[in-house]
Amino acid sequence: MRKIILPIYVITVRDLKKFFRQRSRLIGMIARPLTWLFLIGTGLNQVIRGGLGVSYIQFILPGILGMTILFSAMFSSISIVWDREFGFMKEILVTPVSRFSIAFGKIVSGMLVSTIQGIIIMAAAPFIGIRFTIFEALLLIVFIMVVSMCIAAIGVFIASMIKSFESFNIIMNFIVMPMFFLSGAMYPISVLPAFMRYLMYLNPLSYGIDSFKHVMFVEFAHFHSDFSLFADVVLMIVFTLGSTLLAAVAFNRQQKE
Amino acid sequence: MNAIEVQDLYKSYNGTRAVNGISFEVGYGELFGFLGPNGAGKTTTISILCTLLKPTAGRATIADLDITRESDKIREHIGLVFQETTLDVELTTFENLLFHAYLYGMSREDAARRIDELLSMIGLQNKRNELVKHLSGGMKRRLELIRGLLHRPRVLFLDEPTIGLDPQTRANVWSFIKEMKRVEGTTIFVTTHYIEEASDFDRIAIIDHGRIVAVGNPQRLLSEMGQATVTFGTADSATAQTLLRHGMHDLGNGAYQIKTEDPDLFLKQVMNLQGLRVNDFKVNKPVLEELYISLTGSEIRDEYVDRPASKRRHTR
Repeated sequence: MRKIILPIYVITVRDLKKFFRQRSRLIGMIARPLTWLFLIGTGLNQVIRGGLGVSYIQFILPGILGMTILFSAMFSSISIVWDREFGFMKEILVTPVSRFSIAFGKIVSGMLVSTIQGIIIMAAAPFIGIRFTIFEALLLIVFIMVVSMCIAAIGVFIASMIKSFESFNIIMNFIVMPMFFLSGAMYPISVLPAFMRYLMYLNPLSYGIDSFKHVMFVEFAHFHSDFSLFADVVLMIVFTLGSTLLAAVAFNRQQKE
Repeated sequence: MNAIEVQDLYKSYNGTRAVNGISFEVGYGELFGFLGPNGAGKTTTISILCTLLKPTAGRATIADLDITRESDKIREHIGLVFQETTLDVELTTFENLLFHAYLYGMSREDAARRIDELLSMIGLQNKRNELVKHLSGGMKRRLELIRGLLHRPRVLFLDEPTIGLDPQTRANVWSFIKEMKRVEGTTIFVTTHYIEEASDFDRIAIIDHGRIVAVGNPQRLLSEMGQATVTFGTADSATAQTLLRHGMHDLGNGAYQIKTEDPDLFLKQVMNLQGLRVNDFKVNKPVLEELYISLTGSEIRDEYVDRPASKRRHTR
């Protein structure tokens, strides 16, 4: 047991240490969503009126939270490619630690790093007039953790499928950005044409953001959320388990010649 | 019972044979050198022995553990220092070492004690809490060497440990490797293409095109390879006569030469003679490099010739 847990712990501690040491990355990771929230939120607040029941800046907070998680969890797992490029992954692979522990360690550390950032963004809610009880806050944190873990696992899976840095930009443009826009972050899913809606149904982030909406807009949930909270939770768990399994298999397979 | 035993090992990548049927063994406590030009199959062999690659065919054991069936166990007993730096430069010296120790299941107390002991061995105690990115190239190399030893492996694999270092640092690294071998009694398997560095290894194998072309003690391989030559230059006819009497051949222009297995003994004999008037002399002992070139050939490898040519084709 110690043999499985310890490497996960060590890999996580390493990533967290590096995360807190790189101040510029930390600041960037928090500044981006806050900039989006206040610049886009305030700007479009004037254009989009009525029909939402909440102001636009309030409406996009769950989406901005989803964006924070998407970027930080994905970035954290993609650091596997980094480690491989700089050789550090070899040093880990030659140790007696199992491949599964390494993959899972990366997922857990991505989840934690992303959850910390999610909580910081969540703290912006009272400033734009969204209030919630301690119970709701705790529930939100649990949802943040689940979504973070799901995205981190997808990140490990992607990192195990690509060979080099060059593919990194492709991932950003063709996976991360569509995942963000097709998640109900910026507009309700219901306003979209059918084919785009189907893409959203395949996007785990849609259910994550929807669960945030349920908690943040309790009274208005009936017309802001796209799915029931129950569906959100079940689908998120399914997606998380599925992507974790996929990531472990892909990571393991990549190391074999 | 040997530390490493290899039998008919093969490895093919897309049809080319990087390792083409090699067999050798390394005894416990030996410093064993694996020499060969770039692309000869050295790194592939090390990767197979360290369980990072699977062989296409053949068998190998490390400390009597089979590399394909018992790869997890083997990883506990080996240390590997890669050709390129594999430290996390954003972590400190101590953190890098502790991370490694934990992955090998060492306790914190044991790890901390061992880390301090090894750091003082390489004179880096004062860099313990320094970020690795602030260390020099030589320091990083030494740090990687002790990291490879941290978990007390039975066999330590070093892949080109001195590549890219300046001559002085290279010398330091070697004296440290020999010191580690003496103190820890670790079996050390080293690849290098700096041949002269291997002259005092216990045994070496020379590999070329994926095959072993020679294996044995380097000094013995040298003496098997051939004789040294001693050449004298003189303008004095009496001296010339004496030299000819001692078995030297006239090369013309006042040069006289002899081939001998023991040039030192020959020189002692001749230098003790009275009245020699020698203008200059030269002793040529075969060095490992000549042995190496005679075995691996000095032709320029295809890979270096092909690239510029194919580039030119593309641009047109």
